[in-house]
Amino acid sequence: MKIVIKGGRLLDPVSGTDQIGNLYIAAGRIVGLGQEPDGFESARQIEASGRWVIPGLVDLSVRLREPGFEHRATLESEMQAALAGGVTSLVLPPDTDPALDEPGLVEMLKHRARQLHQANLYPLGAMTNQLDGKIITEMAELTEAGCIAFSQASLPLMDTGVLHRAMQYAKTYGYTLWLTPLEAALSKGVAASGPFASRLGLTGVPEQAETIALHTLFELQKMTGTRLHLCRLSSAAGIELVRQAKAKGLPVTCDISLNHLHLTDLDIGFFDSNFRLDPPLRGQRDRDAIRAGLLDGTIDAVCSDHTPVDDDGKLLPFSEAEPGATGVELLFSLIVKWAQEEKIPVVQALGRITAAPAAILKAGAPSLPGCGALSVGAPADIAIADPQASWTVGADTLQSQSAHTPFSGYELQGRVVMTLVGGRSVWECV
Amino acid sequence: MFNPQLNRHGELTHLLSTEGLPRDILTHILDTAQTFVPMAERDIKKVPLLRGKSVFNLFFENSTRTRTTFEIAAKRLSADVYNLNINVSSTAKGESLLDTISNLTAMQADIFVVRHEASGAPYLIARNVEPHIHVVNAGDGRHAHPTQGLLDMYTIRHFKKDFSGLTVAIVGDILHSRVARSDIHALTTLGAAEVRAIGPLTLLPGGLEQMGVKVFTDMREGLRDVDVVMVLRLQNERMKGALLPSSQEYFKHYGLTREKLAYAKPDAIVMHPGPMNRGVEIDSAVADGPQAVILNQVTFGIAVRMAVMSIVAGASQ
Repeated sequence: MKIVIKGGRLLDPVSGTDQIGNLYIAAGRIVGLGQEPDGFESARQIEASGRWVIPGLVDLSVRLREPGFEHRATLESEMQAALAGGVTSLVLPPDTDPALDEPGLVEMLKHRARQLHQANLYPLGAMTNQLDGKIITEMAELTEAGCIAFSQASLPLMDTGVLHRAMQYAKTYGYTLWLTPLEAALSKGVAASGPFASRLGLTGVPEQAETIALHTLFELQKMTGTRLHLCRLSSAAGIELVRQAKAKGLPVTCDISLNHLHLTDLDIGFFDSNFRLDPPLRGQRDRDAIRAGLLDGTIDAVCSDHTPVDDDGKLLPFSEAEPGATGVELLFSLIVKWAQEEKIPVVQALGRITAAPAAILKAGAPSLPGCGALSVGAPADIAIADPQASWTVGADTLQSQSAHTPFSGYELQGRVVMTLVGGRSVWECV
Repeated sequence: MFNPQLNRHGELTHLLSTEGLPRDILTHILDTAQTFVPMAERDIKKVPLLRGKSVFNLFFENSTRTRTTFEIAAKRLSADVYNLNINVSSTAKGESLLDTISNLTAMQADIFVVRHEASGAPYLIARNVEPHIHVVNAGDGRHAHPTQGLLDMYTIRHFKKDFSGLTVAIVGDILHSRVARSDIHALTTLGAAEVRAIGPLTLLPGGLEQMGVKVFTDMREGLRDVDVVMVLRLQNERMKGALLPSSQEYFKHYGLTREKLAYAKPDAIVMHPGPMNRGVEIDSAVADGPQAVILNQVTFGIAVRMAVMSIVAGASQ
């Protein structure tokens, strides 16, 4: 179907475009920006004056909770949530139950997602069988089934010997490993080590849990040359190590979660289990370093780290509550909030949730279709947002099956009102 | 941020921690306790302040002493007391904490006295009970044990009268101690001149300085010229990990002996929240010596718990 999106503010982080104009879609692809292609006759006109027209968001971590945790959320509910948030490409961590360690499972998941005919789903394969850190998976088979990289999800690093072998094996085929830099013994607590955790009597995770793991990974990387994507950085010291590694030319990228972009451990307040997150929230200085790192490019991308947890998992004492928060529907609004707070051009800020994560996907899996850009020829994965809309985060405004988020009750500005995947409208706010 | 312990009128409706309570409220609890202390000497040891009220002792973690003192305190206030040992009943059958609370609420509870192994559990309960119900924290994880903190303050005030000139040393396993945290917050709020923590680095949590505490690893140096020595219980399981090599080595360096106590002021008092491990954190000669006020703490503990329960029950809804 031929569609024209009329009179919107076209924002493309890749080209730096920021202008009012029309966007033309035909056969699922963008065929014109500003300029109408010859002989274009639209079957649908979408009025977008006063709206932003941006590339569909690329979220590097969305847990759909299938298979294994359907009581918390389903593929349907969370894919719907993603589209409501303007996310058209999402990466699925392998910590389902069973873990994504077999090609059959991955194929089934891809098949289910295709039937839903919605966002593009990119699964990460488990790096080791059952994520137990002992035996590496059939990475080549898993890649054929559709995995774009390999990961231990949010688990800490395991046996360094196995890790070394996994990195060598991945390098053989040119695969990327997505790892959360956490040292196992030091990462057992529920809050960042420091005065706040001490006062509340919560077991702490020192920043060295992150820095020791980073040192290990970088040393192994020097041996093997394997491309790494580091997930969910949390500390100032960790970000400094990544900065140095990048300066030395190691093939490394990294991301942070929305939660760590905006919050600190003090926000936990009186044991609010919505703030029980892994890795834990750290201090003001860490958050400042995260923001500086995101600005200077040390941190490539921001993800929602969307993890739906049900009431049974959250209505518990803080240390017993399940870690994680819903977030895929907050990605757009909270990046806009960051841009406003730091006075950054919005087109630049949006790059952190579109062009930059798309580049990370592409680096690991060059055959992927393009995403994260408004360019002629690219798939028409597009989000249309109302920058003036103000909304309150809560169960009644979220599509996700879980409304447990530290931002619950926040009044946010800017909201996605329409989402297109491959030129089809898949979400329209009524 | 609102204070979950106070109601809209600023009255104490739950006692969850000594942290964040204004000095006036702490002093009011101590003053009220003072009126209850002489009752122990009377023939009829009861007042009708909580007649017709139901107090549920919810102990998710074992404790005989604290539970008993709460029971005695509630009975002296004429309340009906129900003791529930939760770890052998409902949660063992899979019931959630909040389900347990709703069920007991349906049985017309007025006050929940809660002990739980997870830091913050009483906050979760306080957030989810109806407004006429009061929660008293009887110890949560490593976080707080406010009635112990308050009875310690009562004891110090009884023997030393005024907090302003006092130097108080807390000795031992601060890392795992909810008592230490409650004492520290109460002492700094009540205006103690100096609060010290003494122990090996494995038992001292980070960030003590930000809580207004001076840290010492040398026992003799830390005890020099103090007015009050608060010895903490050292649990046996701490010897199993990497925190301490043996109780003998601990006693040699951090056990309170007469020789070490001599570094404190001659009239210093020695306190312990009980139960004591003689020969581990304290020597019998000190525990039974003239400076020990450990049994006074137990007696005052009943009056302080009576004060707390009568004050929260009297808060307007």
